[in-house]
Amino acid sequence: MSVKVTIDGIAIDVEPGTSILNAARQIGGDIVPPAMCYYSKLKDSGGKCRTCLVKVSKGSEKDPRPMPKLVASCRTAVMDGMEVQNITSPEVIEARKGIVEILLLNHPLDCPICDQAGECDLQNLGFEHGAAKTRYEFDRRTFEKIDIGDKIQLHMTRCILCYRCVFTADQITDHRIHGILNRGDHSEISTYIHAAVDNDFSGNVIDVCPVGALTDKTFRFKNRVWFTKPVDAHRDCDHVNCNGKVTLWYKGEEVLRVTARKDQYGEVEEFICNTCRFDKKKTSDWVIEGPRKISNKSVINSNHYDFIPLPVVKTNPVLMEANKEQFERDTRL
Amino acid sequence: MARKLLLEHINVPGINTFDVYRSKGGYAAVEKALKTLTPEEVVEEVKKSGLRGRGGAGFPTGMKWSFLAKPEGVARYLVCNADESEPGTFKDRYLMTYIPHLLIEGMIVSSFALGAKVSYIYVRGEMMPQIRILEKAIAEAKNAGFLGKNILGTGYDLELYVQPGGGAYICGEETALLESLEGKRGNPRIKPPFPAIAGLYGCPTVVNNVESIAAVVPIINDGGEEYAKIGIGRSTGTKLISAGGNVKKPGVYEIDLGLPVEEFLYSDEYCGGIANGKRLKAVVAGGSSVPILPANLFFKTINNEPRLMSYESLADGGFVSGTMMGSGGFIAYDEDQCIVRNTWNFTRFYHHESCGQCSPCREGTGWMEKVLHRLEHGHGKLSDMDLLVDVSKKIEGNTICPLGDAAAWPVASAIRHFRDEFEWHVTNGAEAVTRNYGLAHYADPLPKKEEPVA
Amino acid sequence: MLRVEETQTPVTFSPELIAKFDDIVSRYPAGKQKSALLPILHLVQAEFGWLSTSAMDKVAEYLKIQDIEVYEVASFYSMYFLKPQGKYVLEVCRTGPCEIVGAGKIMDYIEQKLGVKEGEVTADGLFSWRGVECLAACGYAPVLQIGPEYTFYENLTNSSVDTLIADLKAKAKN
Repeated sequence: MSVKVTIDGIAIDVEPGTSILNAARQIGGDIVPPAMCYYSKLKDSGGKCRTCLVKVSKGSEKDPRPMPKLVASCRTAVMDGMEVQNITSPEVIEARKGIVEILLLNHPLDCPICDQAGECDLQNLGFEHGAAKTRYEFDRRTFEKIDIGDKIQLHMTRCILCYRCVFTADQITDHRIHGILNRGDHSEISTYIHAAVDNDFSGNVIDVCPVGALTDKTFRFKNRVWFTKPVDAHRDCDHVNCNGKVTLWYKGEEVLRVTARKDQYGEVEEFICNTCRFDKKKTSDWVIEGPRKISNKSVINSNHYDFIPLPVVKTNPVLMEANKEQFERDTRL
Repeated sequence: MARKLLLEHINVPGINTFDVYRSKGGYAAVEKALKTLTPEEVVEEVKKSGLRGRGGAGFPTGMKWSFLAKPEGVARYLVCNADESEPGTFKDRYLMTYIPHLLIEGMIVSSFALGAKVSYIYVRGEMMPQIRILEKAIAEAKNAGFLGKNILGTGYDLELYVQPGGGAYICGEETALLESLEGKRGNPRIKPPFPAIAGLYGCPTVVNNVESIAAVVPIINDGGEEYAKIGIGRSTGTKLISAGGNVKKPGVYEIDLGLPVEEFLYSDEYCGGIANGKRLKAVVAGGSSVPILPANLFFKTINNEPRLMSYESLADGGFVSGTMMGSGGFIAYDEDQCIVRNTWNFTRFYHHESCGQCSPCREGTGWMEKVLHRLEHGHGKLSDMDLLVDVSKKIEGNTICPLGDAAAWPVASAIRHFRDEFEWHVTNGAEAVTRNYGLAHYADPLPKKEEPVA
Repeated sequence: MLRVEETQTPVTFSPELIAKFDDIVSRYPAGKQKSALLPILHLVQAEFGWLSTSAMDKVAEYLKIQDIEVYEVASFYSMYFLKPQGKYVLEVCRTGPCEIVGAGKIMDYIEQKLGVKEGEVTADGLFSWRGVECLAACGYAPVLQIGPEYTFYENLTNSSVDTLIADLKAKAKN
């Protein structure tokens, strides 16, 4: 039993209950909506950032009426016969542009000193969909700096309130110390009292953070990610929930940073424990598997792009028209 | 003189007590429903009545009830939304203060119809006096056998509890209310699933406004068809209107839907005109979230028909020249009021009340407030109006819950109808902080200046 | 991060207060005791005047939830005070319908009368004041409320504010 959904003119059969976003990810390519808060490995995530909004032009075979508003593709399940427009809808493109502007509204744009730069979802989103200038003429929001321990660095000004780290603490670790405090645009990630976010799996909040709000303190200001070389490695970790499969980030002979392995959507393949992440920074701790493949679009791959064929774009004239700019950029590469 | 269904006995001394309320025919609907009707028949009567949700959205109550899932062995809940916080609206406070048993009676009948064994009344925390009134009323009703185990010997059990909120407008949104009732932050849930499928504690739940639940009482007493005879078209029955702002007689009025707005505003039976002999400048007809209308567009629709107090007539003209019934929070602005200041004030409210969960509302409301603040204080730019309209468009329809729309509409409509006043604030910045723009041309063609002062 | 006095004496809840908590918890299905969080925080605030970290930790312990869950909720809702306040907190509605009939002037008057800015406490510890958003009493505007009973004062004028403050001062003396 599967249901058929058409996204930007491309049809696919998926399991019932699949979200539009995940159906799009099964198709792949440019028609996949960007997602800043949804995280497939975290239950209840998604729906908040609104970057993945799409237009449902036909609800289903049974009820073909279009949905009245744009919907969050990460939290809307497909129906049989549903037709969705993402990059073929000017309305969606316009709304997404607005969301990007809004996400960047109070963002400090301190990329030059941010450790996340180069692997930042917000940076990529801004590059793909944003405008060169903001229309916001007021002081950007600031927060009182707080220290959440010697492992994790919190920069609240960069946070987009995706709630991923909260879900991670709830679902992956045994105890949650931080949370969302206050309301509205004063909301902040905090521990309220001076407490360190520290337990076996707490480091995973770094990997799930789409921006530079939570970064690895042990890697702080050590290097730019695009100067480091990612290598897959594993070790025999004795933590019951950790398989010890990681990516080591080398500068010369030195391991500067350890992260979980991330897929093409920036999601970790498996969560790792804090011992693997923070305490094992010698090559001798690890069994090296080989270089980590990083998307050819990533700045981390600068100067050594792999050519990846363009699976979707060439076969879909509607899409080519709608996505001319992207198509040209891809072709140039 | 319109017929009063909810407030008929409001002036009877002691009507807030069980005994007096009962002596005036109170709790007859409970007896009728529990003893002579099945739950399905009660739902059917409410459907026939055409009652539409009185909290703001105007969704047919009977239809909402019929969507409730009824899986075997799973509890169902009725939750009354008494988180009245929409600026301009104070009818639920009035009803709970003066005739609390009407709400209790409605809750019993509605819970019976939905098969709920435990029901909650979620009252905004600031209404502590009303919470005490309701708790006393519940105790009285329980004492008289209308609540608790085996009500009136019919075998139906119901417990009714009052839950205080903590101070958050957003908890008037039904899923935020449920989150709050579960002891969490009032972040609206992402729908689907809707509460009718998975609401309180993941169980099927109906959330209804105080007035909607109170209206079930006359519907059961007189029958849905009788109720539907009152009103006009799909706006059936009576509606409580909270009249505030610069009217001569602010207060809560029960009107037959379909009453001409002019009569409502100028008749001595209702608002009695504008206070202090001033002229009307603008009206917010259904609570701060609905589009503001200048006086001329308010009294007559774009087709020059008299506008009526009904869901359809108020919405006539769409967002171009119409507004909405909303929750019935009627705010009148006299000629001395500044529309820019009012828009800034409302936007500050939405900025303050945004839960911060989804980005367009969290960031957009703050942005709009800052731009409006600078306009109001004489530092604005002529491009600010287009900017505001654009930001409001970026919020509208793109948020998790309707608060985004509610924040966007007042701004967009104020600029649509009063753009000259906004521009005047830019071109005459220094003057704008000391003097009001006045009526300009939008009060035309209404020569109400010489209304006799009563 | 909220600035909270970190050196504060731990609070204890009296048996009477705990009995009230138990009564509230009994309103919800088993295992859903977290529902009692908002009503319990109101009771705690009525007892101590504000919500200190140690009081909130105690509530978390009582409800068997994590401390952060209490902080998250207490900081979300506007009625909970996370800092000590005056004995009487005058909360004046400042939204549209109140504003157009003079709420702003009433707030100015209260500020001048009490001699403290919004959110500050008078030297005698008796009063603080703040503007709050719509209290759903627009027909009786301008209005203010005073916790923990949340008594309402309607159709405010400068002289009714004078009377109110004098009454409260007298009440505090007794």
